Amino acid sequence: MSKKSFRQAINEALRQEMRRDPHVVLMGEDIAGGQGGTSGVTDAWGGVLGVTKGLYTEFGPERVLDTPISEAAYIGAAAGAAATGLRPVAELMFVDFIGSCLDQVLNQAAKFRYMFGGKARTPMVIRAMYGAGFNAAAQHSQSLYPLFTHIPGLKVVIPSSPYEAKGLLIEAIRDDDPVIFLENKVMYDDEEDVPDEAYTIPFGEANLTREGQDVTIVAIGRMVGMANEAADRLEKQGITCTVIDPRTTSPLDEQTILECVAETGRLVVVDESSPRCNMACDISALVAEQAFHTLKAPIKRVVPPHTPVPFSTPLEKLYMPSADKIEAAVKSLMKQHTHEVA
Amino acid sequence: MQIARDVLLQSYRAMRTIRVFEERLHVEFATGEIPGFVHLYCGEEASAVGVCAHLSENDTIASTHRGHGHCIAKGVDVGGMMAEIYGRQTGVCRGKGGSMHIADLSKGMLGANGIVGGGPPLICGAALSHKTLKDNGVAVAFYGDGASNEGFTLESLNLATVWKLPAVFVVEDNGYGEATGSSYACAGTQKDRAAGFGMKYLECDGTDFFSVYETAGEAIAHARSGKGPVMLHVHLSRWYGHFEGDAMTYRAAGEVAREKETRDCLNIFRDKVTQTSLLDPTALDDIDHAVDDEVESAVQAAKAAPWPEDKALMADVYVSY
Repeated sequence: MSKKSFRQAINEALRQEMRRDPHVVLMGEDIAGGQGGTSGVTDAWGGVLGVTKGLYTEFGPERVLDTPISEAAYIGAAAGAAATGLRPVAELMFVDFIGSCLDQVLNQAAKFRYMFGGKARTPMVIRAMYGAGFNAAAQHSQSLYPLFTHIPGLKVVIPSSPYEAKGLLIEAIRDDDPVIFLENKVMYDDEEDVPDEAYTIPFGEANLTREGQDVTIVAIGRMVGMANEAADRLEKQGITCTVIDPRTTSPLDEQTILECVAETGRLVVVDESSPRCNMACDISALVAEQAFHTLKAPIKRVVPPHTPVPFSTPLEKLYMPSADKIEAAVKSLMKQHTHEVA
Repeated sequence: MQIARDVLLQSYRAMRTIRVFEERLHVEFATGEIPGFVHLYCGEEASAVGVCAHLSENDTIASTHRGHGHCIAKGVDVGGMMAEIYGRQTGVCRGKGGSMHIADLSKGMLGANGIVGGGPPLICGAALSHKTLKDNGVAVAFYGDGASNEGFTLESLNLATVWKLPAVFVVEDNGYGEATGSSYACAGTQKDRAAGFGMKYLECDGTDFFSVYETAGEAIAHARSGKGPVMLHVHLSRWYGHFEGDAMTYRAAGEVAREKETRDCLNIFRDKVTQTSLLDPTALDDIDHAVDDEVESAVQAAKAAPWPEDKALMADVYVSY
């Protein structure tokens, strides 16, 4: 066990799985870097943020494949390779680039198993950066996990910390279904204790980062940290919260959410994706449909406005959910007239 | 070129099976009993068969919405295909795919595909599997002149060349992308497109099995030997509409009749093998009768087969839940 960054945790998960299973191959733009360059340096980048650095040196060009900037070709190739015996991990640099290759995910990889009558396996992982807060503007800041969650046949993973990232990525690589693995770009330098050995975290099992009496907060990815910060502040004010990190939006651990809401009677969902048809809507519908009778107050969603992600720092700050906004949402629920639940 | 007698017989049987299968679907579709969309491969049989004659189950193909011919040529069970097209539980995809999604990975058939241009990226991946696993396999993408204009396809030509994949891109050029002529929709030539990627290019007459067989053999041997991908441009003709029910108002009166009269790959094959005494006409007649029986049985079995059970609705979305 040692302190590792989010970036290092992902690199270690890839390295350990590649050592364990020769069928695991990586592909993506600049994941090694330097092919065809004039410096003669290979393994020059390790991806645009250095996440795959060093893997080319250890595993060579047959297993760490730099691609042309051709997302449709190589994401489709990952699907085709997965269906024919490999276990590819494809890096789609920014999840926003899914626009260039959505067919290969939506109509190909996600549907093979069902369309082919259960006779296909497509064990592929697409890793991509998501999230605002980096001044990356509208085409490099989106949180598109609701888009993938909407598609039957995909599993969708959003780790909230370095420890979570390593265990969930190893699980993703070993899983026989196509998995979308989304890494918040603001979190790559976050550090915490991460075991040196390989370990897995199962999909569909939410993590309770804290338990309280008054309000249940469901938060996704980077929002988990903000929810915990808000809960710390609220605790000092006498309001205790349960914070749920679903870890995966598909499958979604509905049971844990319903149980926690039944205990607290209040729900805040924190989701940095665009507010229409996002996970906050989905989880709100779940609770409204199946646990309405346990609610003491209306459900509150802490989400961005329905706009593209703005560039300028003050506007982006205004756009983003924050610990302040979560704190305010929780307090607003505690102030609301609440009816007694029989 | 010398072709073994058993290869000729198998190839004739495969072409004949495709023809009879498709002609029968044309008739059955008109009765309203076949659900969904059906796109027929009649007229193009020599392409699928001439290419797949060089492939084993270890090799992979990806097909198109017009996929029945490729499936049959790659050895997918005819009865299972027919049942699939009828949406029955006994279908090769258990009734959950239909005509546009027939696949059988155990035969190296990575699927027909409802998305124009869906196959070429997948075949890059299958070729990567063959290369990485060093199993000597090749991967073949069949696609039409219409799909040749998809960005997916052009990206795949580049990627396959960059990665030096054992892949063959078979452009089945029937002159129409749906209802629009390739003379309108395809800028430049397929040959120049291949050259643009530095890719080996071969072309052949898709109505002549011998032309396809010989050229495809060269293309596949090139890819299999590790020299990189090949584009194989097959010139052929489609006899029915883009889909069943298409009145083909975009084709001149008499065009299809003339194609049938002068460019029927089965007639051309029969004439060549009998005139040169490679095969006896009675051997071909025997195959014709056997194929008629096989397709008749497949239709009757499909019509009598059970529908999928309700529980199939929720099954096989994932490997694990």
